[in-house]
Amino acid sequence: MSAAWECVIGLEIHTRLQTQSKLFSGAANAFGAEPNSQACAVDLGLPGVLPVPNREAVAHAVRLATAIGADFARRSVFARKNYFYPDLPKGYQISQMALPVVGPGVVECALNDGTTVQVGVTRAHLEEDAGKSVHDLLDGFTAIDLNRAGTPLLEIVSEPDMRSAAQAVAYARHMHALVRWIGVCDGNMQEGSFRCDANVSIRPAGSETLGTRTEVKNLNSFRFLERAIEFEYTRQVELLEDGGTVTQETRLYDPEADETRAMRSKEEANDYRYFPDPDLPPVVVDERFVTAVVEAMPELQHVRRARFVNSLGVAPGDAAILTNDRATADWFEAAVAAGAPARLASTWLIGEVFGRLKRDELNLEHIPLTPERFAGLLLRIEDDTISGKIAKRVFEALWESGDTADEIIEREGLKQITDSGAIDSLVDEVIAANPSQVAEYRAGKTKLMGFLVGAAMKVSAGKANPAQLNAALKAKLDI
Amino acid sequence: MSLDKEEVRTIAHLARLSVEESRLEPIAAELSRVLEFVDRLNSVDTRDIEPMSNPVSSELVLREDVITETDEREQLQKPAPAVHEGYFTVPRVIE
Repeated sequence: MSAAWECVIGLEIHTRLQTQSKLFSGAANAFGAEPNSQACAVDLGLPGVLPVPNREAVAHAVRLATAIGADFARRSVFARKNYFYPDLPKGYQISQMALPVVGPGVVECALNDGTTVQVGVTRAHLEEDAGKSVHDLLDGFTAIDLNRAGTPLLEIVSEPDMRSAAQAVAYARHMHALVRWIGVCDGNMQEGSFRCDANVSIRPAGSETLGTRTEVKNLNSFRFLERAIEFEYTRQVELLEDGGTVTQETRLYDPEADETRAMRSKEEANDYRYFPDPDLPPVVVDERFVTAVVEAMPELQHVRRARFVNSLGVAPGDAAILTNDRATADWFEAAVAAGAPARLASTWLIGEVFGRLKRDELNLEHIPLTPERFAGLLLRIEDDTISGKIAKRVFEALWESGDTADEIIEREGLKQITDSGAIDSLVDEVIAANPSQVAEYRAGKTKLMGFLVGAAMKVSAGKANPAQLNAALKAKLDI
Repeated sequence: MSLDKEEVRTIAHLARLSVEESRLEPIAAELSRVLEFVDRLNSVDTRDIEPMSNPVSSELVLREDVITETDEREQLQKPAPAVHEGYFTVPRVIE
């Protein structure tokens, strides 16, 4: 980015809420069904129907507000946003304008380079999604699927607090992890459960006033978000440096061409004529409801991450990986609860278990290895029953079977040799078998120690305690 | 506050209402009279009165999150002018 021009970015994030039914009707809120098989009379906006809001959608708003330290509005109002499009059968979208359900909050987001950015959340509001238009199914016609019509969304609007594409991506990733963590949204970007609109403007570095912004709509991957912002920034800088002006408009990002293009013409300029929806009295939520929702919430991601580091002694980098999603953090904590030393458990989980998951294309919820059996293995490393090297063999068997680590160690005779008499005789055997190497070592070629340890380890079939073996060999050779 | 002919044209377009050219002036005058009335209402001091967003004083009842509607596509598509393989179809629209 150029030093002369500062980029200013605000994001609107649409999250599809995880509910059984829609925001205002009892039709199913599930992705991928047969067209129009989940669109009822309310979703179609047939005459005489009345919308009734979904309690769980309101609960999700409470969860989001709590997670970002924002106010949850005890009283919020639904409004009609009026526009005409075939996939919006009522001619208006039920949304919120003047009194949104979630008030201002703030989140701190980490960037890959180790810096952080504070991003203000202006508001979040509940609204219904529109249906889907398919333009390429039938020649000369647009096909309409209203399954998505009425599905519940929380639109999260940020302050223009980001100054680079990297910061915008960091914020989007942060919110993506957050909504998944608190169970508000499944985060599936391919299915459109989490999509971003980016408001981008530029201004001379040091200026306090905002430039004219453009809005890039429907970015459904972090990469597209980054590319679209970078393209917009460069486009606007070139425009202004050539003496032109930026037009306030809505643009679409085309991944194929890696560019943004104007979407709506100016005379269609958005004028949504919002007004309170007469079908829906204000949503007033009592304290009991809010308290019950908040109390049932999981420990928040950043709180849990800090606890892993501060109370369990997990390395900060490992703690970040383990708290990437709740299933992983739960699995890890179950292993620790079963007695696994936390640091060892984090290393083994991230190294061995994740490696296997990747290799076998599985995830933690669908493997026979339980946190308890995993802990059983780590306990045998901790108490020196087996060495780290042998532990990998046991792990292999643990992964494939339902046996415990102790059963595998017993059956395959893998118990580490820690008896000093047994180790001494191993050492004697190796010294007797390798007279020339022993002589060279004693003559000063100390590098041969590694060779002799290796030879002894081989004789023990890998079972000798490495530290004891080292010490015993050194004692005999250095006489 | 009053409206001119062009504003009426824009509002009619946004509402997808077809208004004859000769009707634009009379409608502008009628709507302006309504707005004058609103101006008179606005002159009342309402500082300590909470804005009303709904004439019904009752609060909203929330619905439990359960699926109550089954697939009624066949019946719901009967009155539709055109359908194709489960889709509603309309003359092609591209933004």
